[in-house]
Amino acid sequence: MSAIFTIPIEWYILLSTVLFSIGVLGVLFRRNAIIIFMSIELMLNAVNLLLVAFSSYLSDSKGQVFVFFIMAVAAAEVAVGLAILMMVYRNSKSSDINDLSKLKW
Amino acid sequence: MKALLLLSSLGVISLLAEIFSFKKLLYPLVLLGLTATFVLNIGDWNTNMSYFKMIQFDNYAVAFTSVIIVVAFLWFLMAEGFFKDETNQTDHYSLVLFALVGAVLLVSYTNMAMLFLGIEILSIPMYILAGSNKNDVLSNEAAFKYLIMGAFATGFLLFGITLIYGATGSFNLEEIKNAVSVAGSAPSIFYIGVLLMLIGLSFKVSAAPFHFWAPDVYQGAPTVITAFMATIVKTAAMAAFLRLFDDTFLRVAGTWTNVLWIMTAMTLLTGNITAVFQTSTKRMLAYSSVAHAGYMLLALLAANSYSSSAILYYTLAYSIGSIATFCIISIIADAKGSDGIHSFNGLGKTNPLLAGVMTIALLSLAGIPPTAGFFAKYYIFTSAFMAGNVGLVLIAILASLIGVYYYFRIIIAMYFKEKTDESIQVDLNHKLLLIVIAFAIIALGLFPDCVIRLL
Repeated sequence: MSAIFTIPIEWYILLSTVLFSIGVLGVLFRRNAIIIFMSIELMLNAVNLLLVAFSSYLSDSKGQVFVFFIMAVAAAEVAVGLAILMMVYRNSKSSDINDLSKLKW
Repeated sequence: MKALLLLSSLGVISLLAEIFSFKKLLYPLVLLGLTATFVLNIGDWNTNMSYFKMIQFDNYAVAFTSVIIVVAFLWFLMAEGFFKDETNQTDHYSLVLFALVGAVLLVSYTNMAMLFLGIEILSIPMYILAGSNKNDVLSNEAAFKYLIMGAFATGFLLFGITLIYGATGSFNLEEIKNAVSVAGSAPSIFYIGVLLMLIGLSFKVSAAPFHFWAPDVYQGAPTVITAFMATIVKTAAMAAFLRLFDDTFLRVAGTWTNVLWIMTAMTLLTGNITAVFQTSTKRMLAYSSVAHAGYMLLALLAANSYSSSAILYYTLAYSIGSIATFCIISIIADAKGSDGIHSFNGLGKTNPLLAGVMTIALLSLAGIPPTAGFFAKYYIFTSAFMAGNVGLVLIAILASLIGVYYYFRIIIAMYFKEKTDESIQVDLNHKLLLIVIAFAIIALGLFPDCVIRLL
């Protein structure tokens, strides 16, 4: 029995849900673009944590492989995201998303 | 599968074009490549090949891939100008082609990992393309909003996938389906997972209440990219949605049908009603594309044997109509500097061809016979009616009546308002493309069986 089984799976689900919710709230309520990116990373890492926990509990390696997929894609997404943010910053000299509200009906 | 390989190689070849300097040849090469992809893809019909239980090219996948390739071909003809600027030319090609690879993955996946990768391979190039007017603040804003909302939705989707994995121990759709053979036998996290995936995919198809990003992104992005997002991205996302919910999650339909019922009604009403108040045609069509997602969800909700053929036909009819309207809007906006409805004043006298094709396309989007749009709506409504969703069909009919109103605003502006400008010069290529599309819309409307019978 490895150490991971000493904690019931429900606790992992709870921890991941809390982390995920913090990420969601961060995206919805923070106004700084960098912090929003960090919140999205938090959401994805909450998912990674839960996947690894499930993977151990189910004694199945597929979950851990999926984590690698998520990490690789998240890295690509952040690379593109930061590039877009740089582009926005060059044009508007700000990373506050309140300045990004020209498109409204 | 051949389609997937060929599209990926085309993407790589476009990147190499920069190094080995055959940029001039790239446009015909890509058109040729798409034609070859179409032919090879048709060759997969009825083979039902499965690759490592990850993707499966059943007839459903082949049919939707064909729609995607056809629309992509028309899109390339429409977007020729987008590939003309001096810098980033090859990047544009490869980003679009890689996005198409993602779209093909989305219609053929049989594993959650492929669903996730498909969505990301489709979305990440779209974030970049939405911001491809680098000095335009609106384009920047569109790219940024699209990225944040896309990544946010992916988070929900992944959390859903994880919970389903925890409940069933598998990412494979077939195994997940069999894990819940008896209703109510799955752990509660499974049902939460299904709902989270529903939210994630609703973001992607821009269904209300998760549609708020779509109008902003569609308006801010360059018009050709808006056309790509409204047609190919929507087709692929809808096909993915359908594949997951009308097959894998059908046994737990009780969990999601009520939620989806409300979302469909909201999508139909908010999309159509908000579109009425728009003055920019591009933004109006953005809201109309939200509404069209609502019609497709109607068939998805029905989940019967008509659903997939109805959605296949609908995506084709809607995509072709949208390509025509966005093409004309981009021509008008380039010539007059504004995409407001007043730019269309008197177009019937100055440019009869543009006005004629625009009228046919708008009539198709509004669902007036004998255009393709009418039969598309007819099959969708039949599918929903067979499933007993009479209330929702009534809402949809009411919504499409509102739709007729705002589509006719443009038609009235074109034919009954005084002209303000001289006629616009239109490229021969665009003229030919528009004529072909107009004929295709009528032909699809006259012979709907040839598409409907496929699935």
